[in-house]
Amino acid sequence: MRGSVAVRALPYLLFVFFAITPALAQFGAEGYILSLVMRVMIFAIAAMSLDLILGYGAMVSFGHAAFLGIGAYGVGILMSHAVTNVLAQLVAAVAASALFALVTGALCLRTKGVYFIMITLAFGQMAFFFFVSLGVYGGDDGLTLRATPTLFGTPVFENTRVLYYVIFAAMLGVYLLLRAIVASRFGRVLRGARENPVRMQAIGFDPYRFQLAAYVIAGAICGVGGFLLAHQTEFVSPAFMTWQRSGELIVMVVLGGMGSLHGAILGAAAFIILEEVLARITEDWKLIFGPFLVLVALFARGGLVGFLRRLGGRR
Amino acid sequence: MSTLLRIENLHKSFGALRVTDDVTLDVAEGELHAVIGPNGAGKTTLIHQISGLVAPDSGRILLDGADIALLPPHKRATMGVARTFQITSILPGFSALENVALAVQAREGSSFRFFGDPTREERLNAQALENLAIVNLAGRADIPAGELSHGEKRQLELAIALATRPRILLLDEPLAGTGREESERVVATLQALKGRYAILLIEHDMDAVFALADRVSVLVYGAVVASGAPDAVRADPEVRRAYLGEEV
Ligand SMILES: Nc1ncnc2c1ncn2[C@@H]1O[C@H](COP(=O)(O)OP(=O)(O)O)[C@@H](O)[C@H]1O
Ligand SMILES: [Mg+2]
Repeated sequence: MRGSVAVRALPYLLFVFFAITPALAQFGAEGYILSLVMRVMIFAIAAMSLDLILGYGAMVSFGHAAFLGIGAYGVGILMSHAVTNVLAQLVAAVAASALFALVTGALCLRTKGVYFIMITLAFGQMAFFFFVSLGVYGGDDGLTLRATPTLFGTPVFENTRVLYYVIFAAMLGVYLLLRAIVASRFGRVLRGARENPVRMQAIGFDPYRFQLAAYVIAGAICGVGGFLLAHQTEFVSPAFMTWQRSGELIVMVVLGGMGSLHGAILGAAAFIILEEVLARITEDWKLIFGPFLVLVALFARGGLVGFLRRLGGRR
Repeated sequence: MSTLLRIENLHKSFGALRVTDDVTLDVAEGELHAVIGPNGAGKTTLIHQISGLVAPDSGRILLDGADIALLPPHKRATMGVARTFQITSILPGFSALENVALAVQAREGSSFRFFGDPTREERLNAQALENLAIVNLAGRADIPAGELSHGEKRQLELAIALATRPRILLLDEPLAGTGREESERVVATLQALKGRYAILLIEHDMDAVFALADRVSVLVYGAVVASGAPDAVRADPEVRRAYLGEEV
């Protein structure tokens, strides 16, 4: 029973951990730790947005990193034109990624299964090559953000801790928002369509509309992740939106446990921290990381969250 | 009684196989029209075409005079066409109550609501429970649908169909695979629903068919070979040869 309480408390524990990290980090390599954990939280946002469509909607999108890149370029392009207001950048990032999601989602969702995976991959690659070819904005090399971001004339995000808590608040907000959405009337239809689309049609729902709406919400939220990533790294580049990056986002969601939201946070943390640690131990870290992922896929059905749940004795 | 559903000159082939061969039949308001026929006669495919899962090659499907043959399944459902499946189709991960509550939700207000917990919406739950009670499942409301017995799942599917407030019910072998006791319960339920809805019933159980039906049509190789009052159909020599003969 104690185990099961701990399992239920897992999301809270995660957020407490992220909240107190800056206090702990001052005793260590503060700058390094904070930037690593900020990266974790940003990818947690991206992975949670993917979990909405992948875990709750059964839509295996292989182009999700495109939204991360589009959100980041929303910042980069405006910055390069001296639009330093972060609210304007946020609106641009969200609007651009939502629009891209709407247009591509409307087409992708006409297909099913493997075809859906392939066409989302194709659109992701289109976005990638689009930015590679945008010479004005750095093309392949990307863009370094030299201007100072502002809010109503005052500089923001200068202080690492402030940026850290802005990212933390965004992650918490995204988590709460998605929690509400998946439980809502809308979310219930989305989950129903995941289980049995034919039954849902037979009672009068058009799964397509709900899946498309979820796709747009996921794209917009991932755009917020891109906005934050640009500010955290002070750099944007097509490398944010490679197909490998899309694959990594899927791995994060599956590793953490699909359809749980906090699993996506856990998956992003595990992925990024393991990658970091292994890369320090050996140059051939991918040789260890690959088999590890295979083991998780084979033995930890339901990902880390499912594994913890079984440890805790629920089900 | 006025005609609610009318199928006119419906044709459907899968490659060289004629599954629906110039079928014309209708169901009046409040009428229970049974379709019988050997396995592979095209009964399920006929229901698929009425509900929109399979597109006919030609012919018309009229609901209250309007042709619905080209509408997608969800549109037909909101117009009052409800169905059950030969192989039970429910949401196994949702509770029995939520399965039905979703059907209520489909016609009650918007489902583009992103906040609020629908499992606490009294209106939805109360109506869902009413429909569960009709099929004697009120006591199993909180059980995950996937954990219900086979017969209970069939009953649940009927409750889901009823919760859409249908004008016509398309029931594909509701007795298939149910035990003696369960099947008696289903027949009693259908007996109670009879007259309140137009029902197109596909069923193999002859006792049930002749007890329930106002009219019986016999489908063989996709074509209607006889249609009429149960007793007349039962006495029809061609039917006896083509179909009932196998059963006796
Ligand atoms: N999608 C399909 N593609 C090809 N053949 C099909 C398809 N669906 C059904 N059939 C064939 O059509 C015939 C009628 O099937 P069905 O309508 O299920 O019959 P019934 O319900 O009367 O047993 C069967 O021979 C079946 O194999
Ligand atoms: Mg059949």
